[in-house]
Amino acid sequence: MTIKEIQDQIVEEFSMYDDWMDKYAYLIEIGNGLEAMDEAHKTEDNLIKGCQSRVWFHAELKDGKLYFEADSDAIITKGIAGLLIRVFSGQAPHDIVNANLDFIDTIGLTQHLSPTRSNGLLSMVKQIKYYALAYEGK
Amino acid sequence: MFDVSQIRKDFPILEEKIYGKPLVYLDNGATTQRPLTVVDKMTEYYLRYNSNVHRGVHYLSNKCTDANEEAREIVRKFIGAASAEEIIFTRGTTESINLVAHSFGEAFIHEGDEIVVTEMEHHANIVPWQMLCERKKAVLKVVPFNDKGELDMEAFGKLMNERVKLVGVAYVSNVLGTVNPVKQIIDAAHVFGAYVLVDGAQAIQHIPVDMQALDCDFFAFSGHKIYGPTGVGVLYGKKSLLEQMPPWQGGGEMIKEVRFEKTTYNELPFKFEAGTPDFIGVIGLGEALEYVNRIGREEIARYEHELLGYAMEQIRAIPGIILYGDAAEKSSVISFGIEGIHPFDLGTLLDKMGIAIRTGQLCAEPVMQHFGVNAMARASLAMYNTREEIDVFCAGLKKIEQIFKM
Ligand SMILES: Cc1ncc(COP(=O)(O)O)c(C=O)c1O
Repeated sequence: MTIKEIQDQIVEEFSMYDDWMDKYAYLIEIGNGLEAMDEAHKTEDNLIKGCQSRVWFHAELKDGKLYFEADSDAIITKGIAGLLIRVFSGQAPHDIVNANLDFIDTIGLTQHLSPTRSNGLLSMVKQIKYYALAYEGK
Repeated sequence: MFDVSQIRKDFPILEEKIYGKPLVYLDNGATTQRPLTVVDKMTEYYLRYNSNVHRGVHYLSNKCTDANEEAREIVRKFIGAASAEEIIFTRGTTESINLVAHSFGEAFIHEGDEIVVTEMEHHANIVPWQMLCERKKAVLKVVPFNDKGELDMEAFGKLMNERVKLVGVAYVSNVLGTVNPVKQIIDAAHVFGAYVLVDGAQAIQHIPVDMQALDCDFFAFSGHKIYGPTGVGVLYGKKSLLEQMPPWQGGGEMIKEVRFEKTTYNELPFKFEAGTPDFIGVIGLGEALEYVNRIGREEIARYEHELLGYAMEQIRAIPGIILYGDAAEKSSVISFGIEGIHPFDLGTLLDKMGIAIRTGQLCAEPVMQHFGVNAMARASLAMYNTREEIDVFCAGLKKIEQIFKM
């Protein structure tokens, strides 16, 4: 699936919930279900700065696609990381660099997950794009 | 008579809805709300009297100057200082402490001297001393606290000696809520000839203070934590000490005569107030203190103490609760966690219910390290909080537990 298709799918899933509690319960579920990160990848280098909770992101290039792993000690943050991984993991660096992130707005989390806040959403997206830029054309 | 429902009417923000829910504001340790009277007073001065202080010959300038100096007198009375010359207006607690670290530090601290702080200090009462120690090759010593959040007074006693020149201590810890035995610390420090700076940022709004009774050498607090405006704070210093200290910042207002050969400095307190001060902020702070006086500090302290007792009782009953700071002498700050839930998640979910708390390291990383955590959640009370709000808060915590169990 393309980045756009995955985003549309997420938008549809979230549209089932109109109560914020359910949205968060779903995010928590995503966080709990996130594949465990290789402990060896929880390094200082992979730690994302600017979050209240600790978040690690690790990227690896395989056959021209980027694969991400993430973990956080806060479950909502981990859920957000899980969403981002679902959207971006397995995509080509070039597509990640050019991806648009409107879906976050569409699923109604912007109000709660505003990028200027301490949840680190923006920092995570920046880190993903940064990895993609670094691997683009490799 | 202390009537909380009447007091709440003075604070329009308490009527706000957050995501459609009534605001429950429990982040008063970070900043309190301002009553209408403070905002009105400042608006009046902005709209009718604004003019720079201490330099005008005209009516408006005199009006603002008088109001600025009246506010200084209000502060003097509020903290029981001997003279208005001992009241220096700053931007806040942080700037007050930095002023002392620079100016007192310059005159009084030498290589090999020691400065004592406690493990529970806000970064504002740690970092300026570390910077001073680096400049002067002095040594910073730390008084530890026990797991209830009480200072180890025996350790404090052992740290004291003739090399100690200054002790910096929070009256009330912004994380643990502990009311420290500052009087005992001040008296002990004086025996060794050491001066004492009390960080009153979390005390001034909860506990009546009196400089004569305390006998501290410096006392710092922020306007915005006692229902006043942001950007203005106070440094109290004993006159005899302030007189021996060199100015910190140079500029207008703090001078007597400027010659390229030699400049002489103004009298206290202006020596330490370089540049145009936030005089309208100062006037607002004066009004905030008058407001507190009208309600009555003893009454506020009694009400808050009772509310804290209720809150602690309710919060203790939450399954999985972890309390940080359970000192016998405690003021309106409750730091906590819930087993298996990150404070950030707690704060995020409470926010969705209209409940404002603080999460993170609370500007006190050494306290986080003491308890071996990366973050805490903190609910902090003010005189306008109610039992009903505590109930909403505790119900919120229980609801979050359920979301996590789903
Ligand atoms: C104990 C303590 N000291 C110092 C400060 C710093 O105050 P301000 O940021 O107003 O300068 C605070 C504020 O959080 C505090 O709680």
